Amino acid sequence: MTTNNTPEPQYVLETHDLDIYYGTFKAVTGVNMKVERNKITAIIGPSGCGKSTLLRAFNRMNELYAGTSIKGTITFYGDDIYAKDVDPVEVRYRIGMVFQKPNPFPKSIYENIAWTARIHGYKGDMDELVESSLQQAALWDEVKDKLGQSGLSLSGGQQQRLCIARAISIKPEVILMDEPASALDPIATLKIEELMQELKKNYTITIVTHNMQQAARASDYTAMMMLSGEGERSGTMIEFDETHRIFTNPKDKRTEDYVTGRFG
Amino acid sequence: MRERSIVQGFDNNLGARNRKGVIWHIVFQTSTVVGILALIALMLNVINSAFGYVAYEAKVDPDSLAVDGTSLENQSKEQLVALLQSTLSSGAYNKLNNEEPFESRSREEVYQLVVERIVRPQVVEVWNLWPSLTQADNIRVTVAQDHPEAELDFISWLTYDFVSRPQTSEPFTAGVRTAILGSLWTIMFTILLAFPIGVGAAIYLEEYASDNWLNRIIQTNINNLAGVPSIVYGILGLAIFVRTLEPFTSGKIFGVENITSENGRTVLAAGLTLGLLVLPIIIINAREAIRAVPRSLRNASYGVGATKWQTVWSHVLPNALPGILTGTILAASRAIGETAPLVVVGASTAISFDPSSPFSKFTTLPIQIYQWTSRPQDEFRSLAAAAILVLLVLLLSLNASAVLLRNRFSRRF
Repeated sequence: MTTNNTPEPQYVLETHDLDIYYGTFKAVTGVNMKVERNKITAIIGPSGCGKSTLLRAFNRMNELYAGTSIKGTITFYGDDIYAKDVDPVEVRYRIGMVFQKPNPFPKSIYENIAWTARIHGYKGDMDELVESSLQQAALWDEVKDKLGQSGLSLSGGQQQRLCIARAISIKPEVILMDEPASALDPIATLKIEELMQELKKNYTITIVTHNMQQAARASDYTAMMMLSGEGERSGTMIEFDETHRIFTNPKDKRTEDYVTGRFG
Repeated sequence: MRERSIVQGFDNNLGARNRKGVIWHIVFQTSTVVGILALIALMLNVINSAFGYVAYEAKVDPDSLAVDGTSLENQSKEQLVALLQSTLSSGAYNKLNNEEPFESRSREEVYQLVVERIVRPQVVEVWNLWPSLTQADNIRVTVAQDHPEAELDFISWLTYDFVSRPQTSEPFTAGVRTAILGSLWTIMFTILLAFPIGVGAAIYLEEYASDNWLNRIIQTNINNLAGVPSIVYGILGLAIFVRTLEPFTSGKIFGVENITSENGRTVLAAGLTLGLLVLPIIIINAREAIRAVPRSLRNASYGVGATKWQTVWSHVLPNALPGILTGTILAASRAIGETAPLVVVGASTAISFDPSSPFSKFTTLPIQIYQWTSRPQDEFRSLAAAAILVLLVLLLSLNASAVLLRNRFSRRF
């Protein structure tokens, strides 16, 4: 995968008629969306409509689940990330991910970041990298005196910020967040949302969320997904627009019902 | 609490539900008690045989062997050697000297030879611990009547000497050092073979193998192999390690010319045979341990762009290690108690030499116990009981050290 030398296009990730399968089951159908650089793009929709499946396809994490396959293309700065000569490990290096359940490594806070940097051949000042990553994740002040303690000894919200620090320590170009605040209390959730606003200055963020207020507050663009079709229903994107339009003036009736809470 | 009024359609069955719970509670408790009773009965049975009164007669009275007022027990090594030389036939004396020159034998060994060859105590009757404690007077009277020449002693068959002496054919001088060392050598090769191969196979099957029909057949067969009777492994070991790979297991291709090695019937062949036997157990347990590593941890590692090998080495293996070691402890315990395959592979039953290399002849504790229990004389049953106690202690100490090792690994975070 090479980055073009020409002025970078505005769109980092693009999907074209993307279908995602689990074995023969088509979980996601016909998604066309664009993720703009240094913006936050939210994917919302009811449970089981394929939001997380779509997000995992963006950095090829879905390949770790047996039997998944895609049709259509996903491009990263114009290059197909599913092309034969593309190593999924490099895709995941450049498109980082934060998961729903905080999952720090069962190592020290310091090692969580140091190990991540080391496997990518980081040769610089490790202490400095650990500090700057934790600072960017707004966690430094809380943990600077206990870097040797286990990452699992932190609270849920702190663990999630440690996972964000770990993800940004290797300077990815995109951060995918899969319901990063769903396991956290409202205060920790607010911290993560504030953090996202900071991070979008340097990173492009795509977030899956159940929480419509969160999407409305924090994101620039919103993609609305829903199950549709007869018989075996499959997730599809019914609307994709700027967030304020989705929430104030949606084109699709189903979107309007969903965001106003009249769904079902 | 205030009685609730009857609700339409619901039967107030709380009492019945609680009674059912109590019944199951009792059933489960009884199972545990039965298990513990069985263990206690086993231990009591072994201990009962390992201690007690013994009546014996010496062929030659030790007092008659005193020289210049020095009793036999206090004589120097030179005096004892001279005694042997003068009493035994020259053929027997030279044979002993050829096995190991008297100069290099310790005084203790020479003294034992004197007891074994000249004094020759003969057991006339053996009592277990329980009658020895409860009917001591009766026993004394019986011995005085039936065997007026005999001496009656309360002895513990399990002594330090029993553990430290090599095997002999006489009950009073027999020991299990040869068998303990044989067991340790064997188990070492078993682990050396089975641990790396077993863990490697488990990693491959869990992390690398795709879910196709060939791998499913392999996995099913590994599970079946764990249930194959151990004697079958003995036959396999005989065919492969003792016969086919004889130059390897006897050490010939390494240039070892060892008079004690007998074809391929060596420590190495026994260890490898037991290694094959426990391999499926290690694979199955290691796979379980690897599978138990949470998906979220793998996702975390892959999510930051780690390769499969980095994920396996840095996260999956360290987190699975306690489980893998538990499986290995189980496997080692199984191997150390195995008898049947070693009989087939050709364990020696009567050797008095410690195994000194992978290419030595060997015996192991279970073989020794088996051999003693199959003798008709009561005293050998007591020896077997003492050897069983040694085996249990050996097993427990190996397990304890493995558990300590495992806890060290799992305490990190």
